Amino acid sequence: MVFLRNILQATVLLLGMASAALAGAYEEALPKFANDSYVDTDAAIGAIAGSGNPLSIDVVESLRDGRLLVGSGQVFFRRTSGELVNAATGQAWGNQTGELKPVRVNNRVRRAIEAALGSLTLLSSDAAKRLEAARAVFRSRDEATLPTLEKAIAQEGQPHVRNVLESARAAILLSKQDALPIQRLAAVQTLRNRGDQEALALLSNLPSQAPPEVIAAAGNAADGIRTRLAFWEAVQNVWYGISLGSVLLLAAIGLAITFGTIGVINMAHGEMVMLGAYTTFMVQELIRSNFPGLFEASLLIALPLAFLVASSVGILIERTVIRFLYGRPLETLLATWGISLILQQGVRTIFGPTNREVGTPAWMSGALDIGAMSLTYNRIAIVVFAFSVFAILLLVLRYTSLGLYVRAVTQNRRMAGSMGIRTSRVDALAFGLGSGVAGIAGVALSQIDNVSPNLGQGYIIDSFMVVVFGGVGNLWGTLVGAMTLGIANKLLEPYAGAVLGKIALLIAIIVFIQRRPRGLFALKGRAVET
Amino acid sequence: MALATAALVSGATAGAAKAEETIKVGVLHSLSGTMAISETTLKDVMLMLVEEQNKKGGLIGKKLEAVVVDPASNWPLFAEKSRELISQHKVSAVFGAWTSVSRKSVLPVFKELNSILFYPVQYEGEESERNVFYTGAAPNQQAIPAVDYLAKEEKVERWVLAGTDYVYPRTTNKILEAYLKSKGVKAEDIMVSYTPFGHSDWQTIVADIKKFGSSGKKTAVVSTINGDANVPFYKELANQGVKATDIPVVAFSVGEEELAGIDTKPLVGHLAAWNYFQSVETPENKAFIEKWKSYTKNPKRVSNDPMEAHVIGFNMWVKAVEKAGTTDPDKVIDAIVGIKVPNLTGGVSEMLPNHHITKPVLIGEIKEDGQFDTVWQTDDLVAGDAWSKHLDGSKDLVADWQTLKCGNYNTVTKKCGS
Repeated sequence: MVFLRNILQATVLLLGMASAALAGAYEEALPKFANDSYVDTDAAIGAIAGSGNPLSIDVVESLRDGRLLVGSGQVFFRRTSGELVNAATGQAWGNQTGELKPVRVNNRVRRAIEAALGSLTLLSSDAAKRLEAARAVFRSRDEATLPTLEKAIAQEGQPHVRNVLESARAAILLSKQDALPIQRLAAVQTLRNRGDQEALALLSNLPSQAPPEVIAAAGNAADGIRTRLAFWEAVQNVWYGISLGSVLLLAAIGLAITFGTIGVINMAHGEMVMLGAYTTFMVQELIRSNFPGLFEASLLIALPLAFLVASSVGILIERTVIRFLYGRPLETLLATWGISLILQQGVRTIFGPTNREVGTPAWMSGALDIGAMSLTYNRIAIVVFAFSVFAILLLVLRYTSLGLYVRAVTQNRRMAGSMGIRTSRVDALAFGLGSGVAGIAGVALSQIDNVSPNLGQGYIIDSFMVVVFGGVGNLWGTLVGAMTLGIANKLLEPYAGAVLGKIALLIAIIVFIQRRPRGLFALKGRAVET
Repeated sequence: MALATAALVSGATAGAAKAEETIKVGVLHSLSGTMAISETTLKDVMLMLVEEQNKKGGLIGKKLEAVVVDPASNWPLFAEKSRELISQHKVSAVFGAWTSVSRKSVLPVFKELNSILFYPVQYEGEESERNVFYTGAAPNQQAIPAVDYLAKEEKVERWVLAGTDYVYPRTTNKILEAYLKSKGVKAEDIMVSYTPFGHSDWQTIVADIKKFGSSGKKTAVVSTINGDANVPFYKELANQGVKATDIPVVAFSVGEEELAGIDTKPLVGHLAAWNYFQSVETPENKAFIEKWKSYTKNPKRVSNDPMEAHVIGFNMWVKAVEKAGTTDPDKVIDAIVGIKVPNLTGGVSEMLPNHHITKPVLIGEIKEDGQFDTVWQTDDLVAGDAWSKHLDGSKDLVADWQTLKCGNYNTVTKKCGS
């Protein structure tokens, strides 16, 4: 309670002082918003933030959200409740008849807004706002906020907010002309503890007139941060590799079933992925127009539907075309390639040639910071999803009767047939299963790639590469193949670049396939000999 | 051979019989394959323009007829289809092509059969042909002003030049690198990165950009990333938290059509440089957008820069044909230089002797609704340079099809043909 009262008193005192010193600054700055000039808007934000007027935060926040309006030379803002307020007086303004236009913002103005809000909300009662403000001050390094910053640090109860506040103070002190060497040394230490890219940038761009002992300390600290970052960068590259590998795994795992078991070279596999992505789009469209509340769950709803759509199309293709071409791989290749073109153009005719927008649910947006690396939630979700699909498929093949039949047919088709397994029915079901899995891969890929008729084309080559590299007919091979290719690709990319990295990888695969034509995990059994 | 000749002759006579009734206009845009995403719209624009001209009573007393072919995003097929348009359908002019490689593939055909091509897309320059009219932007009408804007307004000191690995980004980046270095930017402040077509895994590159941009100097990305790869690129930027206020991305191939497939909220503030935005408020543009929406019967349909280029190119051709009184390519090629038509952003574009046109340059920031807010524009129209002044091989070259009759006249050796 005492604490709260202190804040209140301090704020009132501060406001009082500021408004006494800069009386009229707020009123003078306000009309500048009506000039429709970014330079004037920028200047007005600075003046308003320093004016101490209680309406300042409202005005700057409304500007950020496009709620600051001008009309007939006057400035208004609309509260989030919809109420129109005259910015000059703070009075509600109900009877505005003329046309109101929002004040335009560009990047320069956005930066000014961020910095202004930083200094205005440092003492906010909301911890999240204080954190945001501390970050903004760290970026803007505005010396004028130093007194407020000191006060905020003294009051701060939350350690993680206090950390950011302290690094903001350090960032200011490091480049401040009249800072004492002891303050600077402390600042160097604070930034050393922060240990990220931004801290490194501050430490390595020290003003040249800084005292030599500070420069030496900063140099040491920068070296320490570099070592730390190099370690995290390596970890991050491996993570990127796993993430790329899981995308490859998702795209290829359906193919591992169709190509692996029934030996069909299915060039339309990519289009099954595309159908899954378009199913997601349709589901989201329906949800948007009918049940907006379900949007967060749209991907989960799309999963079974995508499986159904893709597997029924797959079974249809198998029953009507591929069935008649068993044992003729070249004809199958041509026929399925034709089907892939038909499906693509069909989708293009129905949905149009342009990309379709598939939204990302809130729980998949943003990033998780671990150490000095940031893992984006959508990638985490895809990695988890890919491994779950893999595990489920493994269980299906291992413990269900369908799995048993499929494995039997894979190992020796004729023997399986003699034992009473209806091989043609198993073929159709296996093809449906593979296609369905491709469909749910499409749901995941809609989050990171274009939902366009060409979606599948981009994955078909990679999928075949993974399956052949890993060993035909072996799910574990597909997993290891996908992960190896993903990680190798991502470890090569920083050194060789995206284009050369890919070329190097392709050459490595060619050499590998020549040495071991059956891939990493060659299947043993009589099927191999035939 | 005999068969082919016979087919050609019969095609020619059939064409001649019809040519008395109509003037044919060829439309050479991919309606299937990877480029359909961008080119289908341009076909629709051409059909609308032809229909509109016919409502006005046609051209020199005849009706216009659009002949649409589908080169299916297949570069050699572009050449085949343009041969079909010119020899078999006897079109008077062709409007088409999108990628530079498709333009390069049809060039020999247009030279050999002496016809006219209007090419509506921004490109890398370093070319001027007698039979081609470039209504899109040359690098000095898009890339250079964009870089100037970032250096002046955003105080950018470090540059990432990111592009798809083919001729347009490579040439543009070469020009930009030479230009930046001439402005005193050091080599270590420029990062160049190329990716394959359709690249979808941007994690490493975006992380690199973040790292490059956190050196303390203001950094910007100049993106010549083309087509489908843009969506995952912007998604990754948003996910890794790269905001326009920290590291702005200025794109040369991202327009209203491309943004229609993305959730644009995280992209607010990123930039694009074009010669036209749908959001430009002029009476000409308003009328055009209304016509376009009612023609396509889709109130959500967007307009973009290459569409405006076709509008300008088509109107120039119409005026040139009226001036020459014939559709004969030689006469039209002579007549069209100096023709002025209003563009949609309030200025008047002129066809220059180097077969490029004058255009305004606009820098726009992406808004939440997927449209652009023009934050800067040139005071006057900028004349397109066929040959860049910033590259060693090309700075002495000029193109002038009126007096010099040459597309690459060397002002040092005083000879045509470099």
